[in-house]
Amino acid sequence: MNPREFDVIIIGGGITGAGTQRDCALRGLRTLLIDRSDIATGATGRNHGLLHSGARYAVNDPESAEECIRENKILRRIASHCIDRTDGLFITLPEDDLDYQKNFVEACNRAGIAASIIDPQEAKRLEPSVNPDLIGAVRVPDCSVDPFRLCAANMLDAKLHGAQVRLHTEVVGLVKEGDRIKGVRTRSRMGGAEQTFYASVVVNAAGIWGQEIVRMAGAQIGMFPAKGALLIFSHRVNNMVINRCRKPSNADILVPGDTVCIIGTTSSRIPLEECENVAVTPDEVNLLITEGSKLAPSLSSTRILRAYAGVRPLVSADDDPSGRNITRGIVCLDHEERDGIKGFITITGGKLTSYRLMAEMATDLVCRKLGVKKNCQTAIRPLPGSGEGSYEDVAKKIWETPSTAQKAAVARMGSRAFRMRSSDRFDEALICKCEEVSVGEINAAIERMDASTLTDLRRRTRIGMGPCQGEFCACRAAGLLAKSHGCIDRERDDLAAFLQERWKGNFPIGWGDTLREAEYTQWVYKHVLGL
Amino acid sequence: MKPQEFTHSKYNFEECMKCTVCTAYCPVLQVNPLFPGPKQCGPDEERLRLKDPYFFNAALKYCMNCKRCEVACPSEVNVADLIQAARIRYDHSAPKLRDQILASTDFMGSLARPFAPIVNSVTALPITAKVLDATLGVDKHRKFPKYSAFSFERWLSRHEKQQASFPAQIAYYHGCYVNYNEPQLGKDFVKVMNALGTGVQLLDKEKCCGIAMITNGMSAKAGRNARHNTAIIRKAVEKGLQVVGTSSTCILTLRNEYPELLGVDNSDVREDILLASRYIYEKLENGAKLRFKPDFKLKVAYHVPCHMEKLGWGIFTEQLLRSIPGVELTVLDSACCGIAGTYGFKKENYESSQAIGQRLFDMIAEADPEVVACDCETCKWQIEMSTPYKVMNPISILAQALED
Repeated sequence: MNPREFDVIIIGGGITGAGTQRDCALRGLRTLLIDRSDIATGATGRNHGLLHSGARYAVNDPESAEECIRENKILRRIASHCIDRTDGLFITLPEDDLDYQKNFVEACNRAGIAASIIDPQEAKRLEPSVNPDLIGAVRVPDCSVDPFRLCAANMLDAKLHGAQVRLHTEVVGLVKEGDRIKGVRTRSRMGGAEQTFYASVVVNAAGIWGQEIVRMAGAQIGMFPAKGALLIFSHRVNNMVINRCRKPSNADILVPGDTVCIIGTTSSRIPLEECENVAVTPDEVNLLITEGSKLAPSLSSTRILRAYAGVRPLVSADDDPSGRNITRGIVCLDHEERDGIKGFITITGGKLTSYRLMAEMATDLVCRKLGVKKNCQTAIRPLPGSGEGSYEDVAKKIWETPSTAQKAAVARMGSRAFRMRSSDRFDEALICKCEEVSVGEINAAIERMDASTLTDLRRRTRIGMGPCQGEFCACRAAGLLAKSHGCIDRERDDLAAFLQERWKGNFPIGWGDTLREAEYTQWVYKHVLGL
Repeated sequence: MKPQEFTHSKYNFEECMKCTVCTAYCPVLQVNPLFPGPKQCGPDEERLRLKDPYFFNAALKYCMNCKRCEVACPSEVNVADLIQAARIRYDHSAPKLRDQILASTDFMGSLARPFAPIVNSVTALPITAKVLDATLGVDKHRKFPKYSAFSFERWLSRHEKQQASFPAQIAYYHGCYVNYNEPQLGKDFVKVMNALGTGVQLLDKEKCCGIAMITNGMSAKAGRNARHNTAIIRKAVEKGLQVVGTSSTCILTLRNEYPELLGVDNSDVREDILLASRYIYEKLENGAKLRFKPDFKLKVAYHVPCHMEKLGWGIFTEQLLRSIPGVELTVLDSACCGIAGTYGFKKENYESSQAIGQRLFDMIAEADPEVVACDCETCKWQIEMSTPYKVMNPISILAQALED
């Protein structure tokens, strides 16, 4: 068998691509996933990290709402180590219309979402950070989800089922013979080597960049990039998701995610060429703080860590160039039917919460094309790391009295942390003290999860995501990376790039303690380490 | 435009720049590898604890609450408060019997005082030390402070009329130690105050300041004491009295720990709670005169207790000692003695405690004074147990130097 031949090639290492790869691999297909950068670099890693209950869509888009609650329930089971079962509140403030609440709850219940009206006093007791002026509250089963962890877990499971992954590898062209796509031409972004891979079906899961892939195939797709900006606060202000109970608007969701909380988003159309490098503007920052403080007043005086923005891959469903029929739903295009191009599928749109369903739709289509009759198993089989109970349960199985660092490792790795049982003292040394990430966990990410840069490590382990933003962990982790690939120069460049990327997120909110800390970081790296 | 006028976080934990100065200054970390250090236990893990109390780290108990991390911090993070507050909030394990006994300084004092001669000779027996070590986990090397047969309160109440005759008055917060163990220090204090033309009154039934309860997981009881003490202090202040104490730790607790850790607002009276050395120093600065023995000579080494460092008042005691004619003063470099109240009494902490104190013991030996001056009674026990030197409260030294 030719090592460059596969049943399926998936372009795009976001959650859609990773989910599709897992589904294909579980159905016995030989798959290769390619991404020009790392996992979850696009919209997957640039959102709230909210696992929707569907409540937000219940009134205006009942179909999405039903889809969300179904997937929400599935992911709670199969991806338990990526999900924090926080529940959510939809609050009504004095300036909001309380009548909306009744509509809202009815719509939720119609969609199968357990939404219950609770007393504002009860809401304050459940979530002390909530705006005390609230006049109404509804409790819904929203959760928070770590998109990086979810993406990595899907990819890891695919690999455990024989799949291959090539990151930092760019698709430079498609191999087309007649009306059939037969493979992809790639160039490595680490070394520049060019290679061609062949497959019976190519799945385009490249998000907003999928438009370019479709163009390479010789067709057109109308994408309308919508930028959404968000702010990360330095610690959890809230432990439940807080939404406004009104028509969805700007900056009206506050999500607790791991050790931080995130307010967002804004929404503005941007030209495609700006997608590569989206910047957060001062107006967006102002809007996010002002509106966010209405959900939880303490946001107006809580340290902000970063600002970032993502681009939603919104698609005009019927190839309408005007963009009037933009959908936020799932778009699964069979280009054979649509454009007469065989062996080529585009899967896009949708949302983080519905990734598994998108993957199932895409994989069903792949299987039809390949004549494979296998059922989807992704709704029942837990991801690696999940399925062994809560992090408390898992930690108890591994250590008699786990330290905080060990507890933190289990909270990130789930049952994959069993491999940490045999850690020696060096493995237990901490690389990142903000998030308590150990040498052992970093090495596991390098060896088993395709991390080859500091930014890759950040997505897999949370190093550099705490208040210090890489001040100390970055150079320690760089040492481990240099050891693994053996090149000091490459690692020095990587370190500089990592710190630059951290600064990019600090810059729009560069005041107060975050500015002080960034200056201190610069001082450490420039004057102490001579970088 | 800056949309956030200011940022604020509990105990300033978000101000932490991760500079790690606190970690370098922590005396425990240098000797006990089981302690993750102030930065990690404080601001770092606070974020995890806010996510889920499950991330509470039992190793926080190794913190001595010496507050050197807070003195060292350039960003004004109240690191030790964060650690103690986390213990109060998240550690729901019931305190051991031993810790309850060690923390109940006033209760034990009132129990032991009537039988002082018996209690003192029993606690001094080597067999008692062995039994306490084996049964309760109180380290066998420790010597218990002796109890006095007559409490200070009883002594002062006998002199009530005479004290009331002075034109100026203050209220004295004597603390458990003066009341039950060393009434002489209280008498020395009264002598000095009287020499300044000031009479000494008791507060309306003071209770233990509660610091040992805070560090031994008995915060509810500490809170009750805090509310009581703050109320009686308020009553004294309303009568126009300032409240003066001779124990640096008691005073730190009354001033700082009540509002910071126990949620008892004392902002209206806080500035009227003072340590004797500062009070007397300020009196002398403002022209008050004391008459000293002409032939007084004493070689003194002054150890600044950790909680004096936190108060920032070591300088007052130092200047007061310097103002005594005939005192030859060495101020020792800042170092923790290692006892930290009840911490060093616990068997599991004994080795750490002695290792931490070693630097101080060496410095004392080098200075070779006739007496070590120190504002804290638990430092006194530690130094007297670990070195051949005698330790006196600066107020007692001052009293000795005064003309009778």
